[in-house]
Amino acid sequence: MNQQSSLWADAWRRLLANKAAVTGGFILCLFITLAILAPWIAPHSYSYQNLELGAQPPSSDFLLGTDTLGRDLFSRILYGARVSLMVGFVATGVALVIGVSWGIVAGYFGGRVDSIMMRIVDVLYGLPFIIFIILLMVIFGRNIWLLFGAIGAVEWLTMARIVRGQVLTIKTQEYVLAAQAMGVSNFQMFRKHIFPNILGPIAVYATLTIPQVMLLEAFLSFLGLGIQPPMSSWGTLIRYGVESMEEYSWLLIYPGLTFTITLFALNFFGDGLRDALDPKISAD
Amino acid sequence: MLQVILKRIAIAIPVILVVASITFFLVRMAPGGPFDAEKVVPPQVMKNLNAVYNLDAPLFIQYKDYMFNLVQGDFGPSFRYPGRSVTEMIFTGLPVTLELAFYAILIAMVIGGFAGVIAAVNRNTPLDYIPMTIAMIGICMPTFLLGPLLVLFFGIHLELLPVSGWDSLAGDKILPSITLGAAYAAYIARLSRGGMLETLGQDYIRTARAKGLPEYKVIIRHALQGGLVPVVSFLGPAIAGLIGGSFVVETIFQIPGLGRFYVEAAFNRDYTMILGTTIFFSALIIFFNLLSDIAVLLMNPRARSEA
Repeated sequence: MNQQSSLWADAWRRLLANKAAVTGGFILCLFITLAILAPWIAPHSYSYQNLELGAQPPSSDFLLGTDTLGRDLFSRILYGARVSLMVGFVATGVALVIGVSWGIVAGYFGGRVDSIMMRIVDVLYGLPFIIFIILLMVIFGRNIWLLFGAIGAVEWLTMARIVRGQVLTIKTQEYVLAAQAMGVSNFQMFRKHIFPNILGPIAVYATLTIPQVMLLEAFLSFLGLGIQPPMSSWGTLIRYGVESMEEYSWLLIYPGLTFTITLFALNFFGDGLRDALDPKISAD
Repeated sequence: MLQVILKRIAIAIPVILVVASITFFLVRMAPGGPFDAEKVVPPQVMKNLNAVYNLDAPLFIQYKDYMFNLVQGDFGPSFRYPGRSVTEMIFTGLPVTLELAFYAILIAMVIGGFAGVIAAVNRNTPLDYIPMTIAMIGICMPTFLLGPLLVLFFGIHLELLPVSGWDSLAGDKILPSITLGAAYAAYIARLSRGGMLETLGQDYIRTARAKGLPEYKVIIRHALQGGLVPVVSFLGPAIAGLIGGSFVVETIFQIPGLGRFYVEAAFNRDYTMILGTTIFFSALIIFFNLLSDIAVLLMNPRARSEA
């Protein structure tokens, strides 16, 4: 137990020493807090339209200006953060559950099971999932939960590969062989010996999956196939920003800036986490 | 070697057929018929329409007919544009999309590869940090944001370049190609840097240096082949991404390519068009993955014996 806590303490120390990762983590915490508190801190309603106030540049009244329908952009970005971040976390969660279980089973049982399961992953890897997500959204309507599921179902493949690789290494360790010799059940083996030891790579990869997922959602929303109005994600806001960017450039620039900063923060934090948890794989 | 390639092809063909079948049944599961419109059509007209498009046959017969035509390269008629076949639309849009993708990947490989090699050779110097920071920005900046920003700056603000169209105004291909290629340039820069760093640490590089070869020859003649393997294996999956990116870029710049047709079909619920393009894109992506796998096998003798 001591050994394990000191590993995490070590990682924590390395993470804190990495300025880019700390900044990224700080920005993330800030944005998440703002998103959670959106209903209480948003200065205006995100859906209330007032055409007389249409497309005002940023002012003291409307911090980031208003859109063409007179809705407060700052409030809309705050509410958009809820949707975008939620998609990021929920879909990554879905990918995590599928990918980790798939990888553990394939890696642990090995042999035929492994080769069949990984061949399936290989085949799925080569498929154009982005097109399938669009297809699903067209056929079954633009449902936000379907979006979570579909994106999650796409992103688990890399996770499965990483986890399997880790499990293959861990499986040959002496303490696993010892546990096996003592007759520990498969379930206990996963829970007590394998899972805790692959938590690091999982955490790292999950952090790096979130920005991918958010990009995918924003991509779909940008094409008009994702989140539907009056609800808006950052992708939807960018879409509307593009439509009116010639006259009202702030409608594109602020949502775009927010989105890019968030992706930056997530990537830097993820890279930092990787360096901190596993100095070996960060050698590139 | 040949056996490995044949084996890959043997896997790819059934995969394409399975994808086609799944797509067919998914599209048939969609609620509402293809001719549901606001205007109510007399039952007889509806019946005739269904008969013309073979929709009155049992599902299995429809499936059999569709697959049979598909194997012969016939994707059926478009539901939304009467008189135009899906095959015709695919081959109108495809050359445009391929040209765009070609320029994008060219930009990505030249800029990205160059930046990555420079960064690796000058590890931990400003020549490493600056390109890698720009690459990070390139990865974080989505295509659908970069495109409009480029339009805003070069097209509207500076009035240097045309902001839409394809092949109609001089220079109208520049912005779309850069927009589509930027993210890949960034990825390739990171990959080639990583690959080069690993290769430069190998024994045969030390041998080459020990022979007294000048550094540029060591890099060009010996390190590049091994160092660029990750880039080549990335190219296959990159094609899938490029197709996704072409949806966005063709929409932003109003380019009459396959990507825009697809997005339009998705909006119009033109089911046969969606079905046909999905199958076509899948086959295309599977084909390019196959090509990049083969290229990796050719470049890396170790992978050859493992496979």
